[in-house]
Amino acid sequence: MAFASLTRRGLGVLTAALLASSALVAPAQAQTPPGVLVVGQIAEPQALDPHAVTAVNDFRILMNIYDGLVRYAPGTLEVEPALAESWEISEDGLVYDFTLREGVTFHDGSAFDAEAVVWNFERMLNEDHPYYDTGPFPLSFFFSAVEDVEATDTHTVRFTLNEPFAPFLSNLAYPTGLIVSPEAVMEHGSDFGRNPSGTGPFQFEEWRSNERVVVTRNDDYWDGVAASEAVIFRPITDANTRVAEMLSGGIDVMVEVPPVALSQFDGDDFSLIEQAGPHVWFLILNMREGPFTDQRVRQAANYAINKDALVGDVLEGTADVSSGPIAPAFDWAYAGLDPYPYDPDRARELLAEADAEGAEITFYVTEGGSGMLDPIPMGTAIQADLAAVGFDVTIETYEWNTFLGRVNPGLEGEADMAQMAWMTNDPDTLPFLTLRSAAFPEDGGFNSGYYSNPEVDELLEQARVATDQDERARLYKEMQEIVKEDAPWVYVANWVQNAVHSDRVENFTLEPSFFLLLKDVAKN
Amino acid sequence: MGGYILKRLLSAIPVLLGITIIVFLIMAMIPGDPATAILGSYATPENVARLNRFLGLDEPLWRQYFTWLGNMLQGDFGRSFRLNRPVLDEILDRFSATLILAGTAFVLCAVLGIIAGTISAARQYGFADKAITSVVIIGISVPSFFLGMMMILLFAVKLRWFPVSGMYSIWGGGDLPDLLRHLTMPALALSVVATGVVARLSRGAMLEVLRQDFIRTARAKGVHERRVIWGHALRAAMVSIIPVLGIQAGFVLSGAVYIEMVFQWPGVGRMLVDAILTRDILLVQGGVVFIAACYVGFNIVVDVAQSLLDPRIRT
Repeated sequence: MAFASLTRRGLGVLTAALLASSALVAPAQAQTPPGVLVVGQIAEPQALDPHAVTAVNDFRILMNIYDGLVRYAPGTLEVEPALAESWEISEDGLVYDFTLREGVTFHDGSAFDAEAVVWNFERMLNEDHPYYDTGPFPLSFFFSAVEDVEATDTHTVRFTLNEPFAPFLSNLAYPTGLIVSPEAVMEHGSDFGRNPSGTGPFQFEEWRSNERVVVTRNDDYWDGVAASEAVIFRPITDANTRVAEMLSGGIDVMVEVPPVALSQFDGDDFSLIEQAGPHVWFLILNMREGPFTDQRVRQAANYAINKDALVGDVLEGTADVSSGPIAPAFDWAYAGLDPYPYDPDRARELLAEADAEGAEITFYVTEGGSGMLDPIPMGTAIQADLAAVGFDVTIETYEWNTFLGRVNPGLEGEADMAQMAWMTNDPDTLPFLTLRSAAFPEDGGFNSGYYSNPEVDELLEQARVATDQDERARLYKEMQEIVKEDAPWVYVANWVQNAVHSDRVENFTLEPSFFLLLKDVAKN
Repeated sequence: MGGYILKRLLSAIPVLLGITIIVFLIMAMIPGDPATAILGSYATPENVARLNRFLGLDEPLWRQYFTWLGNMLQGDFGRSFRLNRPVLDEILDRFSATLILAGTAFVLCAVLGIIAGTISAARQYGFADKAITSVVIIGISVPSFFLGMMMILLFAVKLRWFPVSGMYSIWGGGDLPDLLRHLTMPALALSVVATGVVARLSRGAMLEVLRQDFIRTARAKGVHERRVIWGHALRAAMVSIIPVLGIQAGFVLSGAVYIEMVFQWPGVGRMLVDAILTRDILLVQGGVVFIAACYVGFNIVVDVAQSLLDPRIRT
């Protein structure tokens, strides 16, 4: 019998295959040794050149390889000394003199001094610089107020600005202000992004595309040696796979845990860390045409949407309810106003007053995108809330880059309402770029809903150039009260960033800046 | 034979040229541009213009196309502005990973599919046939990415037999057993549907051949049944099975996109998805042209193989 003999042979093959595979299976995974921390990243980094990248995902690696002149003090968004030991600001807010730390060297052995700092900013800002072509440097406009950088001594640097610019120090603490080794850039040219060299607590070791980025401890670090011997960053783009890796011990730390997966990490084997950050999630309302030209209709939308349900049920507690354009993480500038309460009756009243019952709304929703949380479920929940009080909402969904291409040029002729989220390192940028009359899309800003209030314009201009923080805080708080009443947006959520780590990991914290600082994190 | 191969090669040139034009135009026409993708929230018209100038995207379209085509003919696919490295390096790195995955899955689907289909045909309506046919139907019906996720949950998270994802262990490893451990689940998940298709079509092809005169003659001459089926019949049926294998090779290659996403396999499929989402134009264009060239090449190989088995095709 052909079949019978085949089966006998087949059985033999099958047995052999099973034996072979059980040999493969035996040590399921080479456990990573103590001292080697494995971090699950959400994507492959773009480059490890801090001046060339824009994604938070890349910043998480960069902040461990490089230092800036200043940095955010742990747990805050206030600057403290880093590579600069101290600084002085002139009376008029135009001249900043930094005194640099001495005896610091880059990982490649070259010396960190005033010339290196000047070189860094020249490369980014001066189109004639011989290494300007190692860019592009998309965020270099953070320093567009810088008129001149000069080394006044081997360890002092002077920045001269063309106008007073309060966020300058904060921008220096941002990854775009991190200091790279000029020698390394000269050696590697455009490939510097894959051969990075800084002064940070870890030095670059290896980058295998789509598998891992490895950094090892810098034993000469000026601010104390790191607790881990090495950190491995693994890009795992699929959120479900990232969760599975965390559950099976393939990674020690994961960031941006999807809300639906949180319950899987309830046990003693894992710790969940949360930290509110400088993030605002809102709906832009079109104030140039359609129903939202009426303030009562805009307020009605704010009353109609159940923000508590959105952050509690849709986002599973991974966000707080927002009350305005400045995130609570900027505690000194945050006015702490009460958010619009969920009050559908009040919303119906306002709609009746404005004679806008049944108003037809076109609502732009994105499929995903930086800081957008769960935009589609949030969009449909918002649609339902608005429908309940008498709006007639039609959703149009776009892929993120298409979405930006439609929303950023302004909502006129496009939509009445659009989702948006911003993450900034200072309280100034978001309102300055999105709420001023001079920031209409046609003028190069992001005021896509055409909000215009001369009083707010004035306050924002003043706050940006004032150097006294108390004065700045007063101006911003006043602005927030006006803007809440005018309701150019529906204020929805402030993202609470989360991370999970295994019980082998110690001293892990999250920063309000959303950076990941791993120097003191240990693994047993 | 040489003339036939040359003819097929020449006919591939207009196809590839057409593909370069189509992929270039698609990337130029889809909404959203690289500068906006890079700048995200900060994409002011001023910043976008500055970045476009840097990336050479402010040139007229036709000039961009010919620059790209000209450079590509000289082997320069340009530089990915998202990954900051030469496009060709990235494609070759990633393509070898995809080949390992898709190649394994293809061998699995060809071998298992033909064996299952042949057994099925030899025992038509028997128990083996029914069992194989039912399994095949289930295999064809389950989406491979779903099967992949279920395999991860069972074999990696629960039983811990296999690693969840990746191609090599991130610590130690890097040798062949390490690769095989990582390859097992994605290759199986990827091959299931194709195996089913190959099995069904092999069964059909075999049944047809088994009804032909030369088989009856062979049996009448007293040739052993095993030889009749695995020697005479299968060889004849291969003429219609091979084109199916060619199609399945394409299917396995495109199916690798989902599997690479699920298992974080560092292959070309995932590269393309990421590149499209971030509008990494040169990487998308280079990647598509490269893959298209491989398809075309593979089809030529299939045609040639078929013409070797059946000289009537070579006209």
